Amino acid sequence: MLSVGDFIVLASQNLRKQEARASRRRSIDRWFGRIGLLFTIGTLGVLAILLLNLAASGLTRIDWQFLLSFPSRRAAEAGILSAWVGTILLMIVTASVAVPLGVAAGIYLEEYAAKNKWTDFIEINIANLAGVPSILYGLMALGLFVYQFRFGQSVLAGGLALACLVLPIVIVATREALRTIPAAIREAAFALGATRWQAVWHHLLPYSTGGIATGVILAMSRAIGESAPLITIGALTFIAFLPPAPILSHAPFLSFDWLFSPFTALPIQMFNWVSRPGEEFQSNAAAAGLFLMLITLGMNGVAILLRRHAQRNIKW
Amino acid sequence: MNPIPAVQVSSEKDIAGVEVKPEVKVEIQNLSFFYGRNQVLRNVSLDVPAYQVTAMIGPSGCGKTTLLRCLNRMHDLYPGNRYEGSVRLYPGGTDILGPGMDPIRVRMRFGMVFQKPNPFPKSIYENVAYGLRLQGMNKRRDLDERVEKALRESALWDEVKSRLHQLAHNLSGGQQQRLCIARAIATDPDVVLFDEPTSALDPIATSKIEELIVEMKKRVTVIIVTHNLQQAGRISDRTAFMYLGELIEFGETNRMFTNPAKPQTEDYISGRFG
Repeated sequence: MLSVGDFIVLASQNLRKQEARASRRRSIDRWFGRIGLLFTIGTLGVLAILLLNLAASGLTRIDWQFLLSFPSRRAAEAGILSAWVGTILLMIVTASVAVPLGVAAGIYLEEYAAKNKWTDFIEINIANLAGVPSILYGLMALGLFVYQFRFGQSVLAGGLALACLVLPIVIVATREALRTIPAAIREAAFALGATRWQAVWHHLLPYSTGGIATGVILAMSRAIGESAPLITIGALTFIAFLPPAPILSHAPFLSFDWLFSPFTALPIQMFNWVSRPGEEFQSNAAAAGLFLMLITLGMNGVAILLRRHAQRNIKW
Repeated sequence: MNPIPAVQVSSEKDIAGVEVKPEVKVEIQNLSFFYGRNQVLRNVSLDVPAYQVTAMIGPSGCGKTTLLRCLNRMHDLYPGNRYEGSVRLYPGGTDILGPGMDPIRVRMRFGMVFQKPNPFPKSIYENVAYGLRLQGMNKRRDLDERVEKALRESALWDEVKSRLHQLAHNLSGGQQQRLCIARAIATDPDVVLFDEPTSALDPIATSKIEELIVEMKKRVTVIIVTHNLQQAGRISDRTAFMYLGELIEFGETNRMFTNPAKPQTEDYISGRFG
C-alpha cells in the first residue's frame, strides 16, 4: 500500500520529469529557429555577394554608349544594342505564342475537360514537361522549326523554342488562377443561363486575370534568361546589325521580316563575353548580366503589383 | 388564391369524372436521380402549384437539394449524373428533362438563389443586369428600368440606389442575399428555386428574406429547400417531406404540421429525429 505522502512524492517526481522534458523540447525548438535563421542569412548572403560582385564590376560599364552600341572587338566600344533588341523580339514571339495557347489549354483542362484517366495522363505530362531540361527544347526546335519548317536560325525559331519551354508554366498558372474562383460563382452564372464559354469570358477570365498575368510574367522572366535552347538552334554571338524594323514608313506599314532575321540575345552576348580573355570583356559580361537581372527583377515587381491590383476588388 | 385541396390533386376527379387541375406550375413525375451508381432520388412525384410557396423539408442527405437542382438541370454541369422520369413545366407542359431540351433554356426560366450569397465581384448594377444581358438585352434604358424593378421587388432599392455602381461585396450578408434574389428575378423567371437561402444569415436578415419570399409569390412560383421547420411553417403554403430520397408526404403546410398523415412525418416534425 502507498501512503498519501508516497503519492505526493511520486506526483512531484512526475512533475519534475515533465518539466525536464518540456525544457528539452523548448531548447530544440529554439535551436531549430537559430539554425534556420543562420541558413537563411547564409543563402541570402551568397545571393547578395553575387549581385554586389556583378554590380561592382559591371555597374560602371552601363551607360548610353553601352546600351546603344553593337558588339565590337574592342571591349570599350562594345555594347548590347543587338542583344537587348533581340531579347525583346524573342519575348514578343514567345509571349504571343505561349500566352494564348497556354491560357486556352489551361481553361480547357480546368473548365471543359472531363476528369478521367486521359486527362490525368495529360496533367501528369504537363508537370513533366515543366521539368524537361531546356537544352532538349533547343534540340526539338532545331529539328522541327529550323530544319523541318525551314524557319532558319531566326527570331521566329528562337521565340517558338522559348514558347514551348514556358508553355507548361503558363498552363499551370492559368489552372491555379481558375481554381481559386469558388464553384458558387460558376454556378451563379450557369443558373442564369450562361454557357461555359460565357461563364469563362464574362467571369472566370476577368476574375483570374491577376493570377494569370503573374504566371505569364514569371514564365517570361524564366524565358528571358535562357541561353541553352537559343545556342542549340544557332543564335549568333556576334551581330552588328538590327533585324528589319517591324513598322514601315510606307504601306503596308507593318513588316514581319524581322521574324526571319538572325539574332542574338542578352544571355548569349554575356556568354560570348565571359568566354573571352581580358578584364574588360569580363566587365562587359558583368554589365550585361546586371542589365538582364534588372529586367528580370523589374518583371517580377510588375507581377507582384499586378496581383495586388487585381485582388483589390475581389474577395471570396 | 386558388382553392387547392390538401391532398395530391392530380388524381382528383369531379362528379363528371373530368380531372380538375388547379393551376400546376411544375409537374414532377416518377423522378429518379442517379449520381454514378448511387440512386439519390427514388420515384418522386409531386405537383408544384403556381403562385404558391412550396417548401421541401427533411433531414440532411434526404435528397431535397438534389431534387431542387434537378429542376434547373444544375446536375448537368457535373459528369456521371442521370435523370429518369419527367418534370413538366406549365403552361405548355414541356418536359425539361426530355431529350433535346437545352439545359440553358431551362435555367433561363428557373431562377436560383443559393445557400450562401454569391454575388459576382462586379457592381450591384452589373450583378442584377447579368441575366438580362445573357438574354440579349443591351439598351441602357431597358436595363436601367429592369434593374430598378428587380431591386425594388427584392426590397433593396432604397438601400443601394445611390451606389448602384459600387462593388456588390461591400454590402452586408443579408443585402448580398437580397441582391442575389434580385439577380434571380430580374429576368422574370417562371419559378424561383431557393436552396436554404437563410442558413448563412442572422435572424433579422432572415426575416427580411422570408417577408420577401411571401411577397414574391404574387408574381412567381417559389420552391424553397429549408432545414428550418419553423421557416417552412411561416412562409410556405405547401410542404413536401422527404426522407432517404423518397417523397414521404406532400400537402398543405398547416395540415402537415398539425395533422401529418405518415408516422415518419410526425416523428420528424415533432423533433424525434433529423
